[in-house]
Amino acid sequence: MSGARAKEAPAASMRSPALLLTGRRLEGLPIIVVFFVLIGIFTACAPRVFLRWPIYDSFLVTIPPLLILSLGLTLVIAAGEIDLSFPAVIQFSGFLFAFCSLQLSQPWLGLAAALAGGALVGLVNGVLVAIVGVPSIIITIGTSFFWSGVATVLCGGLSYALTDLQATPIANIFAGTLFGIPAEAFWALGAAVVGWFILNRHRFGEHLLFIGDSQTVAQVLGINVVRERIKLFTMMGAVAGFASFLLTIQNLNYFATQGQGMLLSALAGVFIGGSSVFGGSATMVGSVFGALIIGMLDAGIVATGVAGFWVEVIVGLVFIVAVVLHIGLENPARLKQLRRRLAFRE
Amino acid sequence: MANSRTPPPRTYTNIVRAENLCVSFGKVQALSDIDLAIGRNEIVGLIGDNGAGKSTLIKALTGVIRPSSGRLFIRDEPIDLGRYSVRKAHALRFETVYQEKSLGEKQPLWRNFFAGRQIVNRFGFINVREQRRIANEILQSHLGFRGIGIDANSTVANLSGGERQGIAIGRAMHFDADLIILDEPTTALAIKEVRKVLDFVRWIKESGRAAIYIEHNLAHVHALADRLVVLDRGRIVANIRPVDMDLDALTHFLIALHEPTAGVAA
Repeated sequence: MSGARAKEAPAASMRSPALLLTGRRLEGLPIIVVFFVLIGIFTACAPRVFLRWPIYDSFLVTIPPLLILSLGLTLVIAAGEIDLSFPAVIQFSGFLFAFCSLQLSQPWLGLAAALAGGALVGLVNGVLVAIVGVPSIIITIGTSFFWSGVATVLCGGLSYALTDLQATPIANIFAGTLFGIPAEAFWALGAAVVGWFILNRHRFGEHLLFIGDSQTVAQVLGINVVRERIKLFTMMGAVAGFASFLLTIQNLNYFATQGQGMLLSALAGVFIGGSSVFGGSATMVGSVFGALIIGMLDAGIVATGVAGFWVEVIVGLVFIVAVVLHIGLENPARLKQLRRRLAFRE
Repeated sequence: MANSRTPPPRTYTNIVRAENLCVSFGKVQALSDIDLAIGRNEIVGLIGDNGAGKSTLIKALTGVIRPSSGRLFIRDEPIDLGRYSVRKAHALRFETVYQEKSLGEKQPLWRNFFAGRQIVNRFGFINVREQRRIANEILQSHLGFRGIGIDANSTVANLSGGERQGIAIGRAMHFDADLIILDEPTTALAIKEVRKVLDFVRWIKESGRAAIYIEHNLAHVHALADRLVVLDRGRIVANIRPVDMDLDALTHFLIALHEPTAGVAA
């Protein structure tokens, strides 16, 4: 703290333009621009694909589970934590749903079990992080192995075909279509709206932001840090349980390794969206567009004729550039420092 | 005060009184047998070396950490330590002004004024408009921040040390505190800003409130406090009235206190 610096007058005049530049007036603006630029590039390179509806229809089916995971993770990241165990929840909760649907013929009970199973995984994470004090990045590696293993043991490594659920009410509600648009898209949109209000307008979201900012400050302000962190991880578990259910019911199939590829994609969606890697600031709008970009890149790159092998290279580049840019926007001083250091080298 | 709520009558003798208060972290005894009473309209300066337990003491008094034993009275009424919390301390009109530890850096001021006691509806959603309105009111009427580009949407990270201190002070005034705890409020401030903080301490005294004032600058605390409490290694070792001991004598007293263990303490 160098409070003595004489910055009052110049700082005051600098303040408002700086605010506009960071795009805070319209949440997630930079990433929304990037999203439409990408669509533009894809359309220019592959007009036959991107000027027709089917590709968008398939995006609206495949992206929602990923997007819902990103929304939950946004709250986790806001609090300065991380959860690497959600792919294990996708295995575990998916099994619970498949088992209830197939063996007990109770798909609705299965949905409840998927949510409750996810919440249980999250609760264990939360207690280990908030009470025992293990850093979340470490403990969720451990719980990830554990629950993934439990799921494998329980299902015996087999997959479950759930074709009997086809055209049942539960399948229609969660994986049918409404006005020709996949139902999953509506669920994802609903989740995004709820997520935005929790983060930006609810006491819980504000507590998470303050905890992510500084735990000491949160404590001094009277925020129950332990309880809120346990709630956070439990919620994340339930969110992953729901994503797992959605994935399982849209595929009408449960397989023991489902969710394995989603770890990096869902996290990438959050960080590309512009939530702070240091915690304390996060954007739901950013995460929505981040997840959309991640979900689109795969098909988009292939459609433009670039070999599929390049997909991950490009995703990696987009991720790195986005995160570096966001850090610059978030903390212009850091960017200036970097520039000075580079100048010094020359 | 622009606050319309009527404060509870100030008919008590001591705003806060600790009896045999102990705090331990595992095996480390941070505070031992603290007996301390703060009068209704008393400014108590808390001095002592780094690690003497000053911050621990105010954290215990404000519900941030739970004492391991002892008793606490607020407005002469006993407090159940098992249920004491920051929230409760706020409800009892205790406010803290920390320079570094009481504001969320990346959060806007309308959140910072109300964090931990938001204006919410019954589902827990925050009334943002109302919080913004009150925050702007505090900024303009109490703090004279009008016209220098700071409003309810400004984030703390953009503020200078003095401005931050002003925000924390404005919060304490808005919530109409009866006991205000200032933890090194003038550290790293410009001289003009230091004067504002010292004026605030005088205002606390004149308006019939109480303060606990932690300060490294002995001249400031000697000039303003009604009583100085010296902490050393978790114990209260002296109660001094500034009228009985001038600044030089106080300085010599404190140096003498540390002399025998100077080598160890370093």
